Amino acid sequence: MIQIIQNLGKSTRTSFTKLGRATYFLFQTISGTFGILLRPRLLLNQLYSVGVLSFLIITISGLFVGMVLGLQGYYTLSDFGAEETLGVMVAASLVRELGPVVSALLFAGRAGSALTAEIGLMKATEQLSGMEMMAVDPIKRIITPRFLAGLISMPLLAGLFSAVGIVGGQIIGSGLLGVDQGVYWSQMQASIDFHDDIINGVIKSIVFGFVASWIALFEGYDAIPTSEGVSRATTRTVVNSAFSILGLDFILTALMFGDN
Amino acid sequence: MDNSVSSQDSIVSVRNLSFSRGNKKIFDDISLDFQRGKITAIMGPSGTGKTTLLKLIGGQLFPENGSITVDGEDVHKLRRTELYELRKRLGMLFQSGALLTDMNVFDNVAFPLREHTHLPESMIRSLVLMKLQAVGLRGARTLMPNELSGGMARRVALARAIALDPMMILYDEPFTGQDPISMGVLVHLIKSLNNILGLTSIIVSHDVHDTSAIADYIYVLSGGKIVGQGTPQEIQQSDSEWVQQFMTGAADGPVHFHYPAKDYVDDLMSTGKRY
Repeated sequence: MIQIIQNLGKSTRTSFTKLGRATYFLFQTISGTFGILLRPRLLLNQLYSVGVLSFLIITISGLFVGMVLGLQGYYTLSDFGAEETLGVMVAASLVRELGPVVSALLFAGRAGSALTAEIGLMKATEQLSGMEMMAVDPIKRIITPRFLAGLISMPLLAGLFSAVGIVGGQIIGSGLLGVDQGVYWSQMQASIDFHDDIINGVIKSIVFGFVASWIALFEGYDAIPTSEGVSRATTRTVVNSAFSILGLDFILTALMFGDN
Repeated sequence: MDNSVSSQDSIVSVRNLSFSRGNKKIFDDISLDFQRGKITAIMGPSGTGKTTLLKLIGGQLFPENGSITVDGEDVHKLRRTELYELRKRLGMLFQSGALLTDMNVFDNVAFPLREHTHLPESMIRSLVLMKLQAVGLRGARTLMPNELSGGMARRVALARAIALDPMMILYDEPFTGQDPISMGVLVHLIKSLNNILGLTSIIVSHDVHDTSAIADYIYVLSGGKIVGQGTPQEIQQSDSEWVQQFMTGAADGPVHFHYPAKDYVDDLMSTGKRY
């Protein structure tokens, strides 16, 4: 019994110190922002490897998610004779929920794990330490541009995901199942609100991008500098990002859509 | 421990340094001096904290007790910006080379110049080519780090370490895992860079033969203490059993062949245990 309490105390202390390190790390990362804006080339390179390289997985997944929404939505809605609202259903679920959440999960899997592995290996091969000895702050030089790139890419990728998904729903809905094209688009246009739906979706994806990049970079930077440590850190990135994204999604949804 | 060496022309002086990792005491109240313009070697078996000492000198780790002065400045009392200024005057050669894997050889050597100076690209090019010429790798400038052999990677790292014309270079195990030819090249480079550029060199190594060939002064560390010091000749003739075992590589001596264990016969006779 005493043992259980002791272990509980120990793991609580470990997680709180880790949270403290992560917060300090975040402040250091953000404090490097100004320096990076003076050297946009560093940011552009990272936007390419974090954002552009995630393009394919986001596009293809978005297309399939939209197509599935089109199919499922049609079957359910047609029971009520409401198949003309298919466009609204597809667009609302994508813009509000699936776009930000699924693209953030994919981002954590594709870009987040790559970032953790990259930073962890740089630590294991003494590149970060070497940079420190060359009087270059590795957080400002390596971490900050990657963090900013994640922050910028995430909303753009989520937007791409939703847009491709809506087209996918349209391909299935009006191409295959016979919903009128004009109705699909006009119903959508009439019901989707710019502020309530689109802006809230974008806010969500910015929050997810922030959290996913923070977790990925911190896990890499905090990894035990061995091959085993790096592989564990990569797993932790994916698991912790998924938890945080889904948990935050619930909180954000409750805050944004709670009153109507 | 030894203050007889005058600390006036010493570029680094370590005073009463103690450092532990977990419960293990890595350094126990040691004092060392590194003379300006000389090659000083720190030798000792693996796991005696030789690399830790370099990290302490570079200000990457903090000691529990004692102080380290580099070029007149107490490393661990400096503010962050002052420490970074000091580090610009130090070069460090890591065991792995620590080259940035996403840049080619040229960009790696140019890295400190681009980070710390506002020189035009044409001048950076000339400087980089000069540094690469010094280590004999001017022709390898477009290769990526994963295309280099271990010895070449270390030479590129050396070119990068001298890019900002430092006053001192710290070498972490420069000879480990090298074939005889690249070993010879590195020995020659360390010696000639030290003499031609007027550097100070600190070499951490357990390679007895090659290190004592170029070192001016040697400290032998073991168990957190200095067990021997002197010029290579003095060390060779040391009457310390420990130093003799280390220099000759005898399998048994003050450092035992066997990891501590209970009595052999008792151990074999105690049946019924898994381990």
